[in-house]
Amino acid sequence: MEVIALSESKPKPKVQKEVVPMPKQKPEVRRRNFNEVALGYTEEQAIAEANRCLQCPKPQCVQGCPVEICISAFIKSICEGKYDEAIGEIKKKNALPAICGRVCPQEEQCQKFCVLGKVGDPVSIGRLERFVADWERARGIKVSANASPTGRKVAVIGAGPAGLAIAADLAKLGHQVVVFEALHLPGGVLVYGIPEFRLPKSIVQAEVDYIKRLGVEVKLGYLVGRTYTIPELLKKEGFGAVFVGTGAGLPQFMGVPGENLGGIYSANEFLIRVNLMKAYAFPAYDTPIRIGRHVVVIGGGNVAMDSARSALRLGAEEVCIVYRRSREELPARKEEIENAEEEGITCKFLAAPTRFVGDDKGWVRQMECICMELGAPDESGRRRPVPVKGSEFVMDVDTVVVAIGRTPNPIIQRTTEGLEVTKWGTIVADENGKTSLEGVYAGGDIVTGEATVISAMGAGKKAAKAIHEYLMKK
Amino acid sequence: MYKIIAKKELAPKTKLFEVYAPEIAEKAKPGQFIILVIGEKGERIPFNIAGYDQKKGTITFVFDEVGKTTKQLGVLKQGEYIENITGPLGNPSEIKKFGKVLCVAGGVMIAPMLLQVQALRNAGNIVTTVIGAMFRDLLFFEEEMKALSHKLYVATDDGSKGYKGLGFLKEIIEKEKFDRCIAMGPVVMMKNVSEITKPFSIATVVTLTPIMVDGMGMCGVCRVTVGGKMKFACVDGPEFDGHSVDFDELIKRQRLFLPEERLSSLLWERLGGYSTVGK
Repeated sequence: MEVIALSESKPKPKVQKEVVPMPKQKPEVRRRNFNEVALGYTEEQAIAEANRCLQCPKPQCVQGCPVEICISAFIKSICEGKYDEAIGEIKKKNALPAICGRVCPQEEQCQKFCVLGKVGDPVSIGRLERFVADWERARGIKVSANASPTGRKVAVIGAGPAGLAIAADLAKLGHQVVVFEALHLPGGVLVYGIPEFRLPKSIVQAEVDYIKRLGVEVKLGYLVGRTYTIPELLKKEGFGAVFVGTGAGLPQFMGVPGENLGGIYSANEFLIRVNLMKAYAFPAYDTPIRIGRHVVVIGGGNVAMDSARSALRLGAEEVCIVYRRSREELPARKEEIENAEEEGITCKFLAAPTRFVGDDKGWVRQMECICMELGAPDESGRRRPVPVKGSEFVMDVDTVVVAIGRTPNPIIQRTTEGLEVTKWGTIVADENGKTSLEGVYAGGDIVTGEATVISAMGAGKKAAKAIHEYLMKK
Repeated sequence: MYKIIAKKELAPKTKLFEVYAPEIAEKAKPGQFIILVIGEKGERIPFNIAGYDQKKGTITFVFDEVGKTTKQLGVLKQGEYIENITGPLGNPSEIKKFGKVLCVAGGVMIAPMLLQVQALRNAGNIVTTVIGAMFRDLLFFEEEMKALSHKLYVATDDGSKGYKGLGFLKEIIEKEKFDRCIAMGPVVMMKNVSEITKPFSIATVVTLTPIMVDGMGMCGVCRVTVGGKMKFACVDGPEFDGHSVDFDELIKRQRLFLPEERLSSLLWERLGGYSTVGK
């Protein structure tokens, strides 16, 4: 009989309080190129960071993960150098790890619950996820066999995060899945919204290819509602269920005079030109973009940061973010704000535009703003900005990007009779994505309003379970 | 990939494409448009639908070779492919029995007007059609329009065929008392027609074709001011009340990327055409 004396067990190495830093392109270099900013961990760095994980008996991190990845298990595999096992563990729950490792707000999710975070830096779960996903992609992504075919067909509307997640899950369960994407490229916000320097499009392409290899068919340039409607998909085209993941793709404007002048873009237009259409490579690519010397971006979210940093990379002399609240209320990820400021982007807080003035050719030249002060909290819990009388000031501008939020795409709602919709235009769905119509499920921004990539994927996964149960009972 | 089934030259630099796109053909209605991407590096560019044939599974559109993409399209041959076509987009036209309808079409928009005239005729309207162009050689579909319309007038900017300019419209309006006017063509033409019909209080519908990118409500570049309100031509239109549209703003917005469009076109011509796929 083997007896292990306590004194013989190896003393565990001391855990570093500080996170292993991620190598990044230097700010003075990256501010003029579209290459990825964060370069990813090396193997040594990944192992060092993975070893910071305490392997808690009852891990807290998992409760912060919208798709419930068994985080401690995949980190343990990294410690042991078993990267294939690590990626296998992640892929049980998440079909798009290279994307999530880059764009999930981990500080608000898994890492928020990490015990180490109470005394030092939490384990950088996102960077580790990215590391193993990149490791796998470099070696060729493996595809495991799907369950045997069920003979059921599911239509997924929108090839964004929610749609791709549900398509992967349903395909693995043996259903025949067709994704209908309105744009000419798949990925939704991952290709039209998030810039190349934060999420290289080759990575989105690789993740989409993986989903296609699971047997999912992706139809591009297919706008459901204008071509087939949902009732037609269910009744005529033989789909047993439909999932709506059409996102929050409509731009909001401020409604101030002069907003239709040249040089004023919605963030969506600006980012679609730059990301989806690759206007930064004009004229090698056909879609142009015009960037001025003095760029202002209105808004304080991630989309505003993405727009500001893109403008800088397109050659703007100065880029200023104008936000109506103060620094504390900025909704963007802290990491993105830091990145933007490192690159030389400035912020003007507590100000909002009141009108734009143009030249005789119809191009914007000046922006008049009014100063704000913070009043009582509004329904969102944040203090409401209140204009200060007589505080107007003028800025010289030649490019303006309006990044004040996006609203749900209305085409499905308008063309699907009986589908219950809220006053904000979002689709009413329960926690499993079930809508007011039988066989019709929805999830992501089209249900919640503008949120995150991973919450949309989480909604897709929940709906996958519900659709599977529904179809197998039918 | 969308196969070009037939290609016709209607006038110098004006081409008609018939493309195999059965799912679009099944749903297309007069007044709607498509967005096309010619290849990997191509832009998204809208074209008004000029015809559809559900039996053959085809749609038709007509374009002038004025910019890089349209020049590039122009060299594609029958049997070749267009990478992506999305549609039908936009709201269909309101087609019903209005009574006496005046249809005024200019340039390349004569093509989608043929579809309107046909639909209006089928709905029991008395249709008077006016087709116009800069000069006589640019006119097309005269015979087709003549066959479908109760009356046809022809006009050119330089007077090389038919009436010179659109001044004569006032006379025929005074004589005929129209219930509705449909104008499709260059913005300046639609503006002029709207100004002519306004004193007569003839409901005038114009089809707007501002710059578009996605064409489904996402980018807002096609925003136009109609009756003092911001509208997106792609999802709220493309048809609007001609008496409420801010045409001057639209003209400025259409010219936003003119220097870039010229550069792109110049490069294309001087390099003798280049591939939009790969380097």
